[in-house]
Amino acid sequence: MLKIENLKARIEDKEILNGINLEIKPGEVHAIMGPNGSGKSTLSAVIAGKEEYEVTDGTIFLNDENIEDLSPEERAHKGVFLSFQYPVEIPGVTVTNFIKTAINEGRKARGEADLPAKDMLKLIREKADLLEMDRKFLSRSLNQGFSGGEKKRNEIFQMAMLEPKLAILDETDSGLDIDALKIVANGVNKLRSKDNAVIVITHYQRLLEYIVPDFVHVLYKGKIVKSGGKELAMELEAKGYDWLK
Amino acid sequence: MELKDKLISSFIAFENKGTVDLDSAVHAIRTKSIQNFETEGFPSKKDEEWKYTNLKSLLRQDYSLFNKSDINVDYNTIKPYLISDIDSYNLIFIDGVFSSFLSETTHDESDICVLSAALSKPKYNILIDNYFNTVARDKNSLSALNTAFTKEGAYINIPKNTIVSKPIQILNFSTGNEKDVLLQPRNLIMVGENSHVQIIERHQNLSKNHTFTNAVTEIFVNNRAIVDYYKIQNDTDNSSLIDSTFVQQKQHSVATVNTFSFGGKLTRNNLEFQHEGEHITSNLNGVSILNKNQHVDNHTLVEHKFPNCESHELYKGIYADASTGVFNGKVIVRQAAQKTNAFQQNNNILIDDGATINAKPQLEIFADDVKCSHGCTIGQLDESALFYMQSRGIPKKEAKALLLYAFGNDVIEKIKIPQLKTMLTSLIANKLGVNLGFDL
Repeated sequence: MLKIENLKARIEDKEILNGINLEIKPGEVHAIMGPNGSGKSTLSAVIAGKEEYEVTDGTIFLNDENIEDLSPEERAHKGVFLSFQYPVEIPGVTVTNFIKTAINEGRKARGEADLPAKDMLKLIREKADLLEMDRKFLSRSLNQGFSGGEKKRNEIFQMAMLEPKLAILDETDSGLDIDALKIVANGVNKLRSKDNAVIVITHYQRLLEYIVPDFVHVLYKGKIVKSGGKELAMELEAKGYDWLK
Repeated sequence: MELKDKLISSFIAFENKGTVDLDSAVHAIRTKSIQNFETEGFPSKKDEEWKYTNLKSLLRQDYSLFNKSDINVDYNTIKPYLISDIDSYNLIFIDGVFSSFLSETTHDESDICVLSAALSKPKYNILIDNYFNTVARDKNSLSALNTAFTKEGAYINIPKNTIVSKPIQILNFSTGNEKDVLLQPRNLIMVGENSHVQIIERHQNLSKNHTFTNAVTEIFVNNRAIVDYYKIQNDTDNSSLIDSTFVQQKQHSVATVNTFSFGGKLTRNNLEFQHEGEHITSNLNGVSILNKNQHVDNHTLVEHKFPNCESHELYKGIYADASTGVFNGKVIVRQAAQKTNAFQQNNNILIDDGATINAKPQLEIFADDVKCSHGCTIGQLDESALFYMQSRGIPKKEAKALLLYAFGNDVIEKIKIPQLKTMLTSLIANKLGVNLGFDL
């Protein structure tokens, strides 16, 4: 599904990723952990195609296609989804209208007709229920005045609507209380299948108790310094990151 | 001949042609105004208030002053410029001449008709004497020029305790198919105690020639009356507008003027609020979205002279290509105006390197027990917000448009007529070159 070879990237003159190698197969969940400033968010932004980062070396393949020259929207149309650590507020555009636009732009790009309004509404309701979202929430301006937990729940709602092949959850657990965390994790677990893959980026092992990874990677100074199974997360929780440096 | 000389020399002919009795008070006002205009002339860039708006190219054209009206314009031609799906009074002017065929007026309770009738019929004399040009008062040379050539426009007189059931649309069309045209519409609006009215004003050039409109509107808002006024400026690239609107408010009244500037070559909005009593609220809102070489200048003045009044001003500007915006917002709080609440906010986004905004907020406060604030920002589109939307599959162009719409949204959401809101959002989508596939 995703294959990253020797990926190096920088922003302005600062090298952030220093040769990442990572392979993710359909059905797998990978956790990427690491201290602040290790390059976790950069890696997710580079996979999603953020233009401020300059890829200086290496390749990203999505289903054997080199996606280097694709814009963020083209990557989204091919099934990449990034859940933001800090979702953006857009006053005047409701949650419903935003997701409708996103869905139909994706369909347009794939040469499909717009989803009929009735089907769209049904889908929105179904996915909102999955995330235990209040219906009133759907007619509010996107992320405007949302609490941290509401913003994250809204991110996973959008993920549920867009049904990505590769979902990257960037610090989705930050700002969530334990109840919200369970709902969000439960939502992600229901969306897992043998055909899609998930990358969970997190500081803490806490989220991984609910979204259980197949692999855990530790990122430090822009490199993966250790990989292992889910037990590695427990070890990191107990020992911290210092022993890996 | 220069435009100024041409105007002055044609004044006598204009007076003789007109329907005005030479003995009437209006004759005296007009004569005084042409003298004021002759002394002042058109403003130049040396004038501080016109530093960023140059009229030179506008004044170089050879305008037809006494237009032949093409009143054969049919309803289908004007329909796109009217808010449809709404029951409204319509005052339609073609080349400065009232079209009774296209309009819908009334004299039941309220007078919603035309100024030429009010100027010529004796029964209106008292109102004309008490109101006409009493707040505009030749404060700038262009409004003096308009007064001198006053002939036609909307005349709206709402008696006390009247909620006008439907909005009033004032549309000025020009059809100058043979020549460039100068139009000088004059609106006089009086709203009685406890009354409420909604008015929409629009100017539209239907021809390929240049239209220069020098419009003046006087609005009198009596005790506890509410006035919502909307200006839609989406004219063609060969149209220029200088609009001077003067609002006089009495106690406990609420007056709101919303200005939406998306089109036209050069637009200058002079907007003034005068307070004559306590507990008055004045709202001034504006959204400008410009591209190409368009120029919009918003000059506003709110003068607080009485205690316990408030003013709220919010102007948003989006400037692309080589367009230019000017915001000059003046708020004066006189010494007697204690307990004033005055807020002013002006936010601008420059999309391209060639675009310019000249922003000049001015607060002059002479009272000590007041709450006043002002803020002015100039920025660019938020790249991380764009990336957020793109990452959800929304193409960059659409994402930009959504962000810009969101930027102007706090003004758009103040619109109280849903059909007008729909029309403006579609004008905005059009201006931003997108079809967003849903009603914003």
